[in-house]
Amino acid sequence: MSSSSLWRLREWARPALARVALGGLAGLGASLLALAVPQVLRVVVNGPLLSGGHSGAVVLAAGLVAALGLLEAFFVWSRRALIASPGTTVEREMRTALFAHLLDLPMAFHDRWAGGQLLSRAMSDLSIVRRWMVFGLAMMVVSVATTLVGVGLMLATSWQLGLVYVAGAVPVVWLGFRFRQDYKVVARRARDQAGDLATTVEESVHGIRVLKAFGRGDDALEDFAQQADELRSTEIVKARTLSRITFALGALPELVLALSLGVGVWLASAGDLTVGDLVAFFATAAVVNTPVERLGQLLAMTMDARTAADRYLEVMDTVAALTDPARPRALPEPPAAGTRVELSGVHLRHAGQGAGTPDVLDGVDLVLEPGETLALVGLTGTGKSTLLSLIPRLLDVTDGSVRLDGVDVRDVGRAELRAAVAVAFEDPVLFSASVRENVLLGTPGLSDAEAEERARGALEVASASFVEDLPDGMDTVIGEEGLSLSGGQRQRVALARAIAVRPRVLVLDDPLSALDVATEAVVTERLRQTLTGTTTLVVAHRPSTVALADRVAVLQDGRITAVGRHTDLLAEHAHYRYVLTAMTEPAPDSAVGVTR
Amino acid sequence: MSVSVRDEDVADAAGGREEGRRRRSVALLGSLLRPVRGPAWGTVLLVVAAQGAQVAGPALVAAGLDRGLPALRDGDPVPLLLAAGGYVVTALLGGVLTAATVRASARVSQAILLDLRRRVFRHTQLLSLEFHERYTSGRIISRQTSDLDAVRELLDGGITTLATSGLAMLLTAASLTVLDWRSGAVLLVAVIPGAILTRWFQTRSQVTYRRSRTASARLIVRFVETMTGMRAVQAFRREAAERRRYGDRAEEYRSANDAAIRLNGVFDTGLTLIGNLTVATVLVVGGLRVLHGGIDVGVLVAAVLYARRFFAPLSQIGMFYNSFQSANAALEKLATLLAEEPTVPAPQHPVALATPRGDVRFEAVEFGYGTGPVVLPRFDLHLPAGRTVALVGETGAGKSTVAKLLARFYDPRHGRVLLDGVDLRDLDPADLRRAVVMVTQEAYLFSGSVAANIALGRPGATRAEIERAARAVGVHDLVASLPAGYDTLVDKRGVRLSAGQRQLVSFARAFLADPALLVLDEATSSLDVPGERLVQDGLRTLLADRSAVVIAHRLSTVMTADRVLVVARGRVVEDGSPDELVRAGGRFAALHAEWRASVGGAGLV
Repeated sequence: MSSSSLWRLREWARPALARVALGGLAGLGASLLALAVPQVLRVVVNGPLLSGGHSGAVVLAAGLVAALGLLEAFFVWSRRALIASPGTTVEREMRTALFAHLLDLPMAFHDRWAGGQLLSRAMSDLSIVRRWMVFGLAMMVVSVATTLVGVGLMLATSWQLGLVYVAGAVPVVWLGFRFRQDYKVVARRARDQAGDLATTVEESVHGIRVLKAFGRGDDALEDFAQQADELRSTEIVKARTLSRITFALGALPELVLALSLGVGVWLASAGDLTVGDLVAFFATAAVVNTPVERLGQLLAMTMDARTAADRYLEVMDTVAALTDPARPRALPEPPAAGTRVELSGVHLRHAGQGAGTPDVLDGVDLVLEPGETLALVGLTGTGKSTLLSLIPRLLDVTDGSVRLDGVDVRDVGRAELRAAVAVAFEDPVLFSASVRENVLLGTPGLSDAEAEERARGALEVASASFVEDLPDGMDTVIGEEGLSLSGGQRQRVALARAIAVRPRVLVLDDPLSALDVATEAVVTERLRQTLTGTTTLVVAHRPSTVALADRVAVLQDGRITAVGRHTDLLAEHAHYRYVLTAMTEPAPDSAVGVTR
Repeated sequence: MSVSVRDEDVADAAGGREEGRRRRSVALLGSLLRPVRGPAWGTVLLVVAAQGAQVAGPALVAAGLDRGLPALRDGDPVPLLLAAGGYVVTALLGGVLTAATVRASARVSQAILLDLRRRVFRHTQLLSLEFHERYTSGRIISRQTSDLDAVRELLDGGITTLATSGLAMLLTAASLTVLDWRSGAVLLVAVIPGAILTRWFQTRSQVTYRRSRTASARLIVRFVETMTGMRAVQAFRREAAERRRYGDRAEEYRSANDAAIRLNGVFDTGLTLIGNLTVATVLVVGGLRVLHGGIDVGVLVAAVLYARRFFAPLSQIGMFYNSFQSANAALEKLATLLAEEPTVPAPQHPVALATPRGDVRFEAVEFGYGTGPVVLPRFDLHLPAGRTVALVGETGAGKSTVAKLLARFYDPRHGRVLLDGVDLRDLDPADLRRAVVMVTQEAYLFSGSVAANIALGRPGATRAEIERAARAVGVHDLVASLPAGYDTLVDKRGVRLSAGQRQLVSFARAFLADPALLVLDEATSSLDVPGERLVQDGLRTLLADRSAVVIAHRLSTVMTADRVLVVARGRVVEDGSPDELVRAGGRFAALHAEWRASVGGAGLV
């Protein structure tokens, strides 16, 4: 895969190829012009200077050097000007393609991948690819061509001196490449250690209350200092590797010149070489040294770009397992009484789950009658949130089916399904936008007046009166780039966001957990009035949340073990009583579960 | 987090107490350099020597041509051998010296970095919580990561590159002048447009650099926000809108990069142009003089080689200018952080408390956060040792403030908080932390094993003691069921525990610490009802003969206390045993009735 990954990038690079090639040509032109200057020098030295010619020839030659210099400068400029836009455009296209792909991948993918891994692919890996495309690729061609032409000129000037140069240049390229590979290994280790050190810093700051409460600041400092010292040692090793490159690349070319000086002057004294040739040789060597030294670096850069391309394609090649059906069915018109939701024989198994462990959902049968509010109760880690995710199809069942008014959710387009089902998560994520935009997230295409009324109504039901006290009311920007709200406030905005959709089915994941008792009572009362006619599934941990529901379902060991009224279940169902009141001992196998 | 960082960057750019900041950052730099004075000067000498060796090349070429060639023609190989041999020696010497420079400068800069890292880390640990809350965690972290990185980048390669490049230019110019002062004069004239171009580039590149940094920060924020909120993005069908927003930011970033590349292109072009024109001028001036016998051909060749060399380092300097700028800004911010004074200072003459009992007294305590309004007005309270006291009241009533004062996260504005008769401000910090432990709502776990996290309560605790603590709070079965038991890692690479499970682990931590006074601030809020019950059972054993202050929304936790204080607007409005207060029919009785109704049946506690 890896050898072809750079080649595969042409899919995105195609529109830019022509200009990249032109830019490469400009670069080549600049390099060749630089090589022409020593030739002029040779003619001048051999001609007018040594044979006592006239000054006009010298001025003419200098004029020629100046003209060539102007042209070289022009080519240097054109290379950048030609490649900059297409190079950065390709980078942008690849970046937005990655983003679009990530938006399409299901939650199962996002749960498995750490955010940092995706971010580093979107930012640094693509920057590496861009730098290679703008600079590395063209310079590689230019350097090789310049070296070949330069060495050719040197050989033509004097084959003996040319051979001396080649004998020196080959190890320079090879060592340059070799050492850079070694260097990369140490550099990688240093980066990893720096990452770990950053983690320690983060934890020492986020956990400052714990460290202070237990007076463990000194222990933390000791750990940190030790880690920092390890990083320092690695950095020293890194410098040692770098010093070897520096030595090889600094001393070798100069040694070649020293040797050439001896051989060249000796040849000249024997009459096999003119002084002008010798001058031209030194001037050419000065020009060719740069691309020769650069070749090793460019090879290393190409390797990096290949790794970066691999990492990028790894994500791009992930096929979305949860897609729209080929021929989506429409949901039937909503019945007057409300939508019926039916889960039958539902099994769910996570991708990374070990063999021999039971399915998270192990045959769930559950019916939400039109318009009713059903509470889902179970111990922490029994899969309540997983079950909720099946209804808007954020996850797919491993087996069994979920139906809305008789239609399997997998037969409906995702957009239509998710317009019919609105969710409020326990840990609400709000976006960097105004409160109004956050609340109206799921209701596009309303008129201004309608939108205003909808947002106000939803916030009212969620008892989010604090919004009025925000600096700009509903227009206050919240989220990562704005004002930060408390957990309870965020939960209420997220609840309003779900209510504002006026969906056929409302799914609430412990929506009031962060509220204090008094606020919770108010929200519960308003919700009860609002939810009439909307089929609602609500996860509950506390008796006060259960009060929202018409009926309660108990999720235990991956199955629904009872459905009924709160008071009846409290009286009859031992596990239910245990979950909500901690009365009586639990069965040994249903102890507090682990989320992985 | 990224927002506050950016605001501060803006504030920094706007200036303000510019002078003081610069002075502080120079002072910081001085204090960092002092311990490594010797090696630093050694590195400087190495740089000078290495450059000297490198710059000798063209002069030796000239000597070989002008002296070696005629001498060899006359049958004397000595001058040529001297020139070529000298060249070999300087080549090797130059290589060795440059390599030594790399190593020496790494040793110096790494020593400085280690020193700086430790200082900043220790200082942030010393600073009081008030500072941490005001400064925000995001900014403290970015001081210690991205700002230190900026300093590292400069120390890593920047300074030596800057010094080497500058010195190389100086020595090249000097050598040329010594060789032939007229060519040197030509070079001097060429320096003027070179300097103007570099200055122009510096100013412009600072602008493009800032622009590209801002654009990349905005792009990252969008990416992270969308990935974090992916569940909501998909649930509310925001894919298309997010794609558009991200596309806009990606274009901003692209155009910033594009501008930066073009700017560099102009700079490179300018340098090439100036360099080439200088070579042409040196050629015409020198060439005419060769014709008139003013100088030898070898000298002319050397002059041309020097002229070519002269401008090359400028592009290096241009590249490192930005890293110099950002390191400078970073150093100023770090110096400002290090100048912060802790508002909860350690006592001058600490009083030891070998066997704490846990008797707490608030004497006329008045408190408010920072310069904010008063939260506790003249608060008096006596909590005798060995009792469990619950604080009840609405959000913002001042319950958590009482807890934080007890743990000396803050000091009162007026009055005193006494533990066993000793003012907390005079108490030996180590004894205070042994005597008082606070468990808060956010149960923070450090990456590492479960055992290590529990052992934070008492470093050096045996595995048996750790297990006993875990059993006591009912988390042992959970831990035992993890893949590697107590050695299971709890971080991104290991098991992710739920909020409730994390709270249980942090309870075990407190249990192991075994303090005389335990302060629980909403420490059971994330537990489900059975989990809470387990903790309560554990607490009953733990708290049997010691003092505890419990803050909880849930009445199930409060009802087990010996004494309940209802707090409103910073004052105690009800005080008594739970049963007394229920009978008295005040605020607490109302809360109790509501709670009983929600549990939905008689006889349930």
